[in-house]
Amino acid sequence: MREPRWLPLARWIGLGFLGLFTLIPLYVMVSSSIKPLQDVQNGFSWIPTTISLRPFADIWKTIPLARYFGNSLIVASIASVLSVTVAIFAAYAVSRYRFPGRRVFTVTVLSTQMFPGILFLLPLFMIFVNVGNATGLELYGSRTGLIITYLTFSLPFSIWMLVGYFDSIPKALDEAAKVDGNGPLGALFRVVIPAAIPGIVAVTIYAFMTAWGEVLFASVMTDDSTRTLAVGLRGYATENDVYWNQVMAASLVVSVPVVIGFLLLQRYLVQGLTAGAVK
Amino acid sequence: MVARTTPHQDERRDATLAGGGPPPPGRRGLRSRLAGRIPFGLRRLSVPYLLIIPAIALELLIHVIPMLVGVGMSFLRLTQFFIRNWSAAPFVGLSNYQVAVDFDSAVGSSLLHSFTITVAFTALSVGLSWLFGTVGAVLMQGAFRGRGFLRTFFLVPYALPVYAGVITWSFMFQRDTGMVNHVLVDQLHLLGDRPFWLIGGNSFAAVVIVCVWRSWPFAFLILMAGLQNIDNDYYEASAIDGASWWRQFRSITLPMLRPVNQVLVLVLFLWTFNDFNTPYVLFGKAAPQQADLISVHIYQSSFITWNFGSGSAMSVLLLLFLLAVTVVYLVATSRRRSDA
Repeated sequence: MREPRWLPLARWIGLGFLGLFTLIPLYVMVSSSIKPLQDVQNGFSWIPTTISLRPFADIWKTIPLARYFGNSLIVASIASVLSVTVAIFAAYAVSRYRFPGRRVFTVTVLSTQMFPGILFLLPLFMIFVNVGNATGLELYGSRTGLIITYLTFSLPFSIWMLVGYFDSIPKALDEAAKVDGNGPLGALFRVVIPAAIPGIVAVTIYAFMTAWGEVLFASVMTDDSTRTLAVGLRGYATENDVYWNQVMAASLVVSVPVVIGFLLLQRYLVQGLTAGAVK
Repeated sequence: MVARTTPHQDERRDATLAGGGPPPPGRRGLRSRLAGRIPFGLRRLSVPYLLIIPAIALELLIHVIPMLVGVGMSFLRLTQFFIRNWSAAPFVGLSNYQVAVDFDSAVGSSLLHSFTITVAFTALSVGLSWLFGTVGAVLMQGAFRGRGFLRTFFLVPYALPVYAGVITWSFMFQRDTGMVNHVLVDQLHLLGDRPFWLIGGNSFAAVVIVCVWRSWPFAFLILMAGLQNIDNDYYEASAIDGASWWRQFRSITLPMLRPVNQVLVLVLFLWTFNDFNTPYVLFGKAAPQQADLISVHIYQSSFITWNFGSGSAMSVLLLLFLLAVTVVYLVATSRRRSDA
């Protein structure tokens, strides 16, 4: 494209604005996390006058952050691995077979992603409570309940992205594997999955991020012992005071794992997320 | 890869041609025994269904069945007395719906108020997110220093866990210790008094800003990919004809992005309209009147009154509204597209 003379200036202004908009909250988070409590209580300052790493030690004592962290880690890891496993089989079917109901399946699964979460929340809450009452199975307040819920949340997009990756692997490879005496599962495990590893890892990260960041169900479906980070971080606000420096430090600590994962696999994630929309 | 498998293929074919020995033991043996019982066509047809069964079972369990249960619940007087034993809740027909759409009642008028707020919030947030995403993606075209870094950097708010990003904003919007008032009052002296941002009228602006901050990177991401898919030949051909940059943008870029925008705007609309996380984390337990978005409204009215029947009726109304908008939108945009 031919660039007019004003474009560099426009680029500077436009991208500068967007860059500041993105940067400021991130800067506030990082800079406030290294201030002593007094400094965040006495009004805002751009440059910390005293640097203190205390907040990063205190966050574990003010609330049981380690427990919340562990809960989030367990729930998000199991949910994402299970979700991707289920998605791999479904995506393989959609990518490699033409069967009646294929389109209905993909459209229905994707459309659930668009429904309001609140619509499922009340009935699921009722189902969990009443199934628990009837059978003694503790779903409400348990990690299992949360894991089952989260794994379905990431399923639609996981299937969608994996279909994209699988479609990009030549079918000749499966055919060759089948000629070698493999069944459909053999072809999937020996050819398709090894070739799609980066995509599969990216989708796992996506599913992990979804579970790691979910707030609505976590706020209703967990109790004290199973509370996840999404709800637990509110603990820094007491009746009288909010330990803002600790809130910022904790936010930073819980963000680092997912942001790093996202940035490392950015290329594959972006490819997967955008493939369907652009096609 | 293909070349490597060919010799195997030949070997096997040779073995078959030579008459071979007995079939190798193990899985293959089992498979051929099974093959004898199930007709070939059926066996081949059932493979994809077996593969999608786990996904379907989970979707049924967590999405489809709860949705149907939710519709059922909306016809019951499901108050706190029946939460632990819902089979005892009396059937009340459409009365939950009647209350929800009776705009003279307290429940109905607050639902209508929340709905209006949500429509305004969604229109503003989607509009701004789309605008920022488009401006960002278009200005990122071409080569300049720092492009790769910016591209990654812009995605950070999208990658951040919702509560971490939004809680930072709620710190920034604090009246006495927040960054926003520090800039507006202490540094720029634009305002004399420190305004409240998380209660009162300003809370609407606050929730829009936070929502745009979180969702514009998604628009940016999709539009970047869309722009990359436009064939450069169009720009070169029009440049030969002397078209200006602006002319190219209007006559090539925007029309070529149309299908991408069609999906993008719909997805942004649905996500924003249903957004629960942003207002819930930003305002905490009590959302201000002026930023009473519908998801939080239904949530709070359900869990404060423990009237799940009424909450379900409101959720069903919300779903019907979203379905209607989606159908109208798809029909309208598709027709215009085929006219063009």
